[in-house]
Amino acid sequence: MPPAVTPDLAPAGNPRSRTTLGHQPVTVAWLMLVPAIVLMVTFLIIPIILTFGLAFTNARLISPEPARFIGLDNFTRLFSSPTFWRSLQNTVVFALVIVPVQSAIALGLALLINAKVRGVNFFRTVYFLPVVTSMVVVSMLWMFMYQPNGLINVLLAKIGIDGPDWLGDPRTALFAIIVLSIWQAVGMHMVIWLSGLQTIPGELYEAAALDGAGPWRQFLHVTWPGLRQTATFILITITIAAFSLFTQVNIMTQGGPLDATSTVVFQAVRTGFQQQQTGYASAISLVFFAIVLVVSLIQRYFTRDKEARR
Amino acid sequence: MSTATHTPKAKVPPAAAGAHNHPVVRAAVALGRVLLALIFGLPLVFMIVSSFKPDNQIFADLASINAFLPLGDLTLENYLGVFDRVPFARFMLNSIIVSVLTVGLGLLVNSMAAFALSRIQFRGQKIILTVILATLIVPFETMALPLLWWSNQLPWIDANGLSQGWLDTYQIQIVPFIANAFSIYLFYQYFDSIPRELDEAARVDGANWFRIYRSVVMPLAGPAVATVAILTFLPAWNSYLWPLMVVQSEELRPAMVGIDYFKQLNVSWGQIMAYATIITAPVLALFISFQRAFISSIASSGVKG
Amino acid sequence: MTTGIIRKVAAAGVVAALSVSLGACTKGGSSTTNQGTSANGTTELAMWTHNAGNEEELGAITAVVDDFNASQTKYKVNIQAFPQDSYNQSVVAAAASKKLPCILDTDGPNVPNWAWAGYLAPLEGLDETLGKFLPSTVGQYKDKNYSYGYYDVALAMFSRKSVLEKHDIRIPTVDQPWTQAEFDGALKKLKDSGEYAYPADLSTGFTGEWWPYAYSPMLQSFGGDLIDRTDFKSADGVLNGPEAVAWATWFRSLVANEWVAAKGGADSTKDFVNGKSAILYNGSWSAKDAREAFGDDLVVLPPPDLGHGPKIGGGSWQWAVSSSCSAPEGAMEYMKFAAQDKYVASVAEATRNIPATDAAADQVEAFKPGGENDIFRQFAKEFAVVRPETPGYPFIATEFTKTAQDIINGADPQQALDQAVLNIDANQQSNNYFE
Repeated sequence: MPPAVTPDLAPAGNPRSRTTLGHQPVTVAWLMLVPAIVLMVTFLIIPIILTFGLAFTNARLISPEPARFIGLDNFTRLFSSPTFWRSLQNTVVFALVIVPVQSAIALGLALLINAKVRGVNFFRTVYFLPVVTSMVVVSMLWMFMYQPNGLINVLLAKIGIDGPDWLGDPRTALFAIIVLSIWQAVGMHMVIWLSGLQTIPGELYEAAALDGAGPWRQFLHVTWPGLRQTATFILITITIAAFSLFTQVNIMTQGGPLDATSTVVFQAVRTGFQQQQTGYASAISLVFFAIVLVVSLIQRYFTRDKEARR
Repeated sequence: MSTATHTPKAKVPPAAAGAHNHPVVRAAVALGRVLLALIFGLPLVFMIVSSFKPDNQIFADLASINAFLPLGDLTLENYLGVFDRVPFARFMLNSIIVSVLTVGLGLLVNSMAAFALSRIQFRGQKIILTVILATLIVPFETMALPLLWWSNQLPWIDANGLSQGWLDTYQIQIVPFIANAFSIYLFYQYFDSIPRELDEAARVDGANWFRIYRSVVMPLAGPAVATVAILTFLPAWNSYLWPLMVVQSEELRPAMVGIDYFKQLNVSWGQIMAYATIITAPVLALFISFQRAFISSIASSGVKG
Repeated sequence: MTTGIIRKVAAAGVVAALSVSLGACTKGGSSTTNQGTSANGTTELAMWTHNAGNEEELGAITAVVDDFNASQTKYKVNIQAFPQDSYNQSVVAAAASKKLPCILDTDGPNVPNWAWAGYLAPLEGLDETLGKFLPSTVGQYKDKNYSYGYYDVALAMFSRKSVLEKHDIRIPTVDQPWTQAEFDGALKKLKDSGEYAYPADLSTGFTGEWWPYAYSPMLQSFGGDLIDRTDFKSADGVLNGPEAVAWATWFRSLVANEWVAAKGGADSTKDFVNGKSAILYNGSWSAKDAREAFGDDLVVLPPPDLGHGPKIGGGSWQWAVSSSCSAPEGAMEYMKFAAQDKYVASVAEATRNIPATDAAADQVEAFKPGGENDIFRQFAKEFAVVRPETPGYPFIATEFTKTAQDIINGADPQQALDQAVLNIDANQQSNNYFE
C-alpha cells in the first residue's frame, strides 16, 4: 500500500474527488496491482534473490552438510571454465543468427500469404503447425531426420550432396539446432508480422501504385515504415527466446559434440541438477541475468530512441 | 484470382499487389507457398504416418521417402498401446485443468495490473512497470531449483486444513505461472491505444475505476485477451520440465510427461508418435477453428511494440 | 465479444476449479507421500518405482506388493510408478525437498550418494539373505547394505553368425574373447566390404547414464578406471594415465575410421535388426528383439578383451528404504518379505533380466544352465565391474560422459582426460572426500 493518498495525481481535468472505494485512484491502482505483484514477488523475485544468495555459497542439491559462504569462488571457477565461455559464445551466436534470420523469414512468409487467394488459409495453418507442437516432440522428430542416414541426408543425396552427421559433427550441430529452432518458431512471428501488415491501410498502396512505385519501392516506402512497431515487438520476443535456448539442446545433443551446442541455460541446468552443484549453477544464472539485462537495456535504448523521433 | 479485383476500400492488399499479376511471378509465388508447406508440414506428416507403423518399419523407412508415406504394414496397435500404457483420460484432464486455470486466472490478474499501470496515474508507476518488464529476461529453467525449494516452504489451505509445501499438487503447476510479465506488457500496450476520453465519460456518469475496467476497457480489449490467452495456453499445455520435478502422483501428471512412459529400455517409437499425435491434436484443432480470430486479434494488439 | 470471452473463461475456470477439488477428493485424505495410519490401525507405506509404462516389470512388482499386503494386516504398501526416463529427476527433486517415500528404487550407482546424504537407511537384518545375491545387485556404502536388486543386466555384443562367417571373422567365446587387434580387424573387414556405413553400433546415440555404464568398462579393460578405488580421493593416474589415454585414442579411432558413428541412431537395436549394422553393443534387454528377428543366426558375444580381460558394467535398479520413513520397521519388514527367491525369480523373468540369486536362476527357464540367456549370467559373473562406490559418483558420471563424448568427437585425449580429473578431484575435495 502507498504511504499516503495523493489526490493531485488523479488525471487532470477531473473535478470530482469521491472518497469511496473504487474512486480513489491510488487505492484502486494498488488494489488492482496487488495480485500480480504478490504472485511475481513470490514466484519470480524471491527465487531470483535466492539465486543471488546461493551463488556465493557451496550449496549442493543433495548433501548432509549445510551450505557455506565461499565468496567469489564460484565465479572464479566459472570464468576459468572453457565450457562456460564456449556456452556463452554459442548463446550469443545463436541469438545473433536467430534474431535477424528468423524475423526476415517470418516477414517473407507473411508477405507470401498476405493475399486474398484461395487456399491461403490452408498455407497459413500449415506454416503455423510447428508452433503448436511441443518442443519436446519437435526435437525428437528432428533427431530422426538429422541422423547420418536420416531423411535430410537421403534428400540431399538425391541432389548429389553427401550430408554430414548433422548433430554429431561439431561444425554442423549448432547450425542444425538453429534450423530446427527457426522452423519451430517462425510461424508465430509470421502471424505477428501478418497482423502488422493488415493494419497498413490499402489506400497507401493505391497511392504508391499511382505514383508508379514498383513492388520493391512499395515495400520500402509503405510496408516497412508501417511495420516499425511490429519489428520492435518481434525483436524483443525473439531475443528473449533465443537467450533461453535449452529444450532442443537438452533433448538432442546435451551440449555436445565438443561443447558445440552447449548454452548458458543448459550449463546452469546441467550443473545444478545432474551435477548437484546448486551454488555453482546459481553463479552461472547470475552471470547470465547480468548479460541479458545489459542486452535488453541496449535494445530498450534503441526502441526508446525510435519513439522519441516520432 | 481476386488479387486483381480488389477495390480501393479493400483493407488487405498483398504487398505490392499490382506487380504480382505477371503470370510468371504468380506461378513462382504459388510454387513457393507449396514448397514451404512441404517444409513445415512434412515433419508432422512423418509423426502421424509413423504412428501407424510398427517400430522396425519406422526405422527401415527412415532412409527413404517412405517415411512420409502411409505404406507397408499399417496398424492401429500403437494407439491401442498408448491407451493401455498411460492413464490417458486422466492426463488430458489434468492438462486441461492446468492450462485453463493458468490462462483464465492469468487473464484476470494481468489485465487488472496492466489497467492500473496504463489508466491510473500514481507514484511509483514507472518503476513497477520497469521492474515487471525486466523480469521478462529470466528464463524459467535458471530459477527452477530455487523455486522448487521455495514452493516447498509455502503454506496452503484447503478442506483438509493448513498444510505446508506445494509439492505434488495442482497449484504448484498453476499459481507460479499466473502473473506473467509478457501478458501484462501486451495488455498495457493495448490499453494505451484505447482512448482515455472513454474513461472520462464513464467517470462523469459516476462509474468507479473497477467499473471502468470491467465495462469500458475490457469489452474493447477482446483482441488482447485472445492474444494473451493463446500465448499463455501454449506453454501451459506443453510444460514438461517443471511437472517432472514437482509432481509425484500419477493422478496429477499432465499429458506432456506421458511421453516418458514410452521411453523404457525398449523404446516404443510408434507409440511415442501416436501419443504425440494425440496430445498435439487438441491444440491444433483449437488453432484451426480460431485461426481467423486469432490472427486478427494479434493484428490489433501485437503491433504496438 | 470480450465480455463473452471473459464469461466463457470464467465459466471454464469454475469448472476447472471444481475438478480440482474433485481431484483433491479422489485423492482422499492421503497426503502427498501416501503414508500414515488409517482408522483400522493399518500403517500405509508409500513406495516409488521407475516402471510407469513398463507393464511387465510393474506387474511383477505389483504382485510382490499384493502378496505382502495380503500376508499381514499391520502395513499396506502403496505403489506410485514414474516413467524411467525422468525418474531420477523426479526423485532428486523430491529428495531435495525432503519428500521421499518409505520405499523406493534407485539406480545402483547412485546409492552411495544417497546413503551419504542421509536419505537412505541401512538395511537391518538382511545381511545373510543378501550374501546370496550377485554382488553387483547389492548397494553398499561404508560396509553397510543399503539396497538390493532383483536382477542385473549385462552388456554384450550381438551379431549374426552368417555375417561373421561370410567375412571370415572368428566367433569369440567367454573363454576366448576377441583381442583388441581381432576386434579392430573384424571392424575393418566389415567396413571394407562396403555393406555397412558403420559396421559396429556401440549405441552412441544413447544419452545419460548409458555412457559411463557402457564405456567405462572398456576403459577398465584397458587398465584405467574412473577413480582410484583404494581411497576414492582422486582420479589422477587412473583416468588420465597411459592406459586411459590408450583407451581414449582407441575409442576415437573407432569413429575416425568410420567403424562406429560418433552419434548413433535413436534406437541401435532397431537399426541392427534392420541390417544397418553388423555388430551391436547393447544390454541384455536387446536379446528379445534381436532373437525374434534372426532366430538361431543371432550370436551373443562377450565384449573384446582390451588388455585386462573383458569388462561389463554391473548394477541395475535396486530397492532401498528412506531414512525419513515414519514406519521404518514396516519398510524393513517389506524388504525382508520381498527378498525371497520366488520374487527374485518372478521379477527377473518378467523383465527378462539376470536373476540376482542362483536359487532364483534355477526357477527361470531362460537362465538355467544352458538356457538361451544363461550366457548373460556368465557375463555378469565373470566380467561385471560395479561403478565406483563413492557419493561423488553422480558427478563422476556426468564428467565421464562429457569427456568420452568429447574424445569420440576428436578432443585431444590427454587434455580432455586431464580436465576431467581436475574437475572430479575438485568435486571430491570440495566435499571433503565425503567423509
